[in-house]
Amino acid sequence: MDKTARLDEIVAAHAGRDGPLLPILHDIQAEFGCVDEEAKRHLAGALNLSRAEVHGVVSFYHDFKSEPAKLPVLKLCRAEACQARGCEALAADISAAANGKCEIETVYCLGLCTVGPNAMIGTDVHARLDIPKLTKLIEAL
Amino acid sequence: MSRRIAISDDALALACGADALAEAIAKAAPDAEIIRVSSWGMHWLEPLIEVDGIGYGPATVDDVAAILDGSSSLNIGKVADHSFIVRQQRLTFARAGITQPLDLEDYQATDGWLGLAKARELGADAIIETVTGSGLRGRGGAGFPAGIKWKTVAGAQASQKYIVCNADEGDSGTFADRMLMEGDPYCLIEGMAIAGLAVGADKGYIYARSEYPHAIAKLNAAIRASAHIVAPFAIEVRVGAGAYVCGEETSLLESLEGKRGEVRAKPPLPAREGLFGKPTAVNNVLTLAAVPYILAHGAKAYADYGMGRSRGTLPIQLAGNLKYGGLFETAFGITLGELVNEIGGGTQSGKPVKAVQVGGPLGAYHPASDFHLPFDYEAFTAADGLIGHGGIVVFDESADMLSQAHFAMEFCAAESCGKCTPCRLGSVRGMEVLDRIKAGGRAAADPVESLPQMHNAPKQGRSVDEELSLISDLCETMKFGSLCALGGFTPYPVMSAIKHWPEDFGASADMVKDKS
Repeated sequence: MDKTARLDEIVAAHAGRDGPLLPILHDIQAEFGCVDEEAKRHLAGALNLSRAEVHGVVSFYHDFKSEPAKLPVLKLCRAEACQARGCEALAADISAAANGKCEIETVYCLGLCTVGPNAMIGTDVHARLDIPKLTKLIEAL
Repeated sequence: MSRRIAISDDALALACGADALAEAIAKAAPDAEIIRVSSWGMHWLEPLIEVDGIGYGPATVDDVAAILDGSSSLNIGKVADHSFIVRQQRLTFARAGITQPLDLEDYQATDGWLGLAKARELGADAIIETVTGSGLRGRGGAGFPAGIKWKTVAGAQASQKYIVCNADEGDSGTFADRMLMEGDPYCLIEGMAIAGLAVGADKGYIYARSEYPHAIAKLNAAIRASAHIVAPFAIEVRVGAGAYVCGEETSLLESLEGKRGEVRAKPPLPAREGLFGKPTAVNNVLTLAAVPYILAHGAKAYADYGMGRSRGTLPIQLAGNLKYGGLFETAFGITLGELVNEIGGGTQSGKPVKAVQVGGPLGAYHPASDFHLPFDYEAFTAADGLIGHGGIVVFDESADMLSQAHFAMEFCAAESCGKCTPCRLGSVRGMEVLDRIKAGGRAAADPVESLPQMHNAPKQGRSVDEELSLISDLCETMKFGSLCALGGFTPYPVMSAIKHWPEDFGASADMVKDKS
């Protein structure tokens, strides 16, 4: 199926919802790994919004990317509770551990504040991390 | 009789390896009944395995054999009798660790739906009277009386009204919303249905953050399973997209409408013109989850807990560098020192406590000399702090408060919605000033400040003390000039860090003396 038809399907799946833009964008991000220009243009037409309005929403939220990630993404929490448990030391060493096998993103709080440092890969969460554990996680990707 | 083995399926337990454990146990003890329950909230013991009520934790796959034959040294005795549990007053989290989150029979058997039944009997006015009488205040941080908010919504005339549950729990050091949504989703659904009856709304939204995929899955399953019970009230989960500011209620409403999460100016209050311009009650997860108990047991039963104008219980989240971190629900009035030292057991690193941040990224840093403060909205306000969502993050002496202050500004800059100037620009200027303080002030004059039209700017460099007074001015502007709490409360962590630890900022001896 071509992309335009799939975009139409996603929009149709949310028909009847009030204020459907965010759920639609989530579905697009999940399916294509990003919300690109083509998707924005198409959405604007389908939802009777201006392209600027759609772009404004997409660019406001950290979750929506303009291009798909080339590698698996590991989100490392660097909020205060994890800082108190040493995530900054991890953050300094993580790029060596990543070794070009994954992209490292920063996230502020996964709600696991008692067992940090924490990270999320996809929807899987991992706690009590140190460099050996992180390296193992990354190798398993 | 076969053994009953309980393991939590809370995201935190999963992150600590609960699934692998459950698998290993199923293999090692095929005759045992393995159930996946909510978490007790004793996070240092996760993954916790409960064999016929006796707890073992934190367990690894290698411990399974010893746990099953009862010889494991991880034995903590009867979980329900653990001092961490016995010391609490669990009203909202009464089912934590006990029930299977999505099991309707478990919910029913533990007083589930009693509050809703009572609410249906009472009718709107009496529900609001009960909630007002209980003294319940908004648990999201602002502490506004829930009954009064509901009364405003109930009194508004409109074709459609909404209940919106704020589950955008972005504060670091807080996880009570997540635990409730994952561990007892029917309790939240029941609370929302009661709120709907009270204000005359038949539609509810739960706005949950995308960082909580497990909670979202549980909520969706629970909403489907209980739709026939709460009907005609209908609930929909909407997922945020990584914007911290959407935890602010008007920004949340914009986001729900499918817009940029920019803060709205108030008035109009959401209670009058909220979601899609309709009267809307926006309440935090914990506020709504406290309601079933209040309806089932009466206003007085709830109001009997607490102190002053802070009535009932608060699920406090003990986090950061603590030996015994977790969820501790207790009546208002417990002191900060009791929580950190007695219940939390001091720091995990064994080093002395330096600072305790209460109330998330926008809460103040408190030194040990504030440990006498009781958990009470007014007491914390009087001490230039806030309770916020009840999260406590403990730092040991290795923390550098200048870095923490810098992080507060950095966080505000990253998460600002951009609508108002004090927050959008103030946070960036704040980072710059703190960078200069880190560098020991500025020796030479700034080229822009040297321009002839910059009448009030100094024509020479600035000392650290001068930079500190500059950031105090900036914080004052942000505090009173910002539209919402993001810009308005960022000064709390910054100013408290400067006030209590001026030496970390390289302030002169005179200034250190003045501040103390």
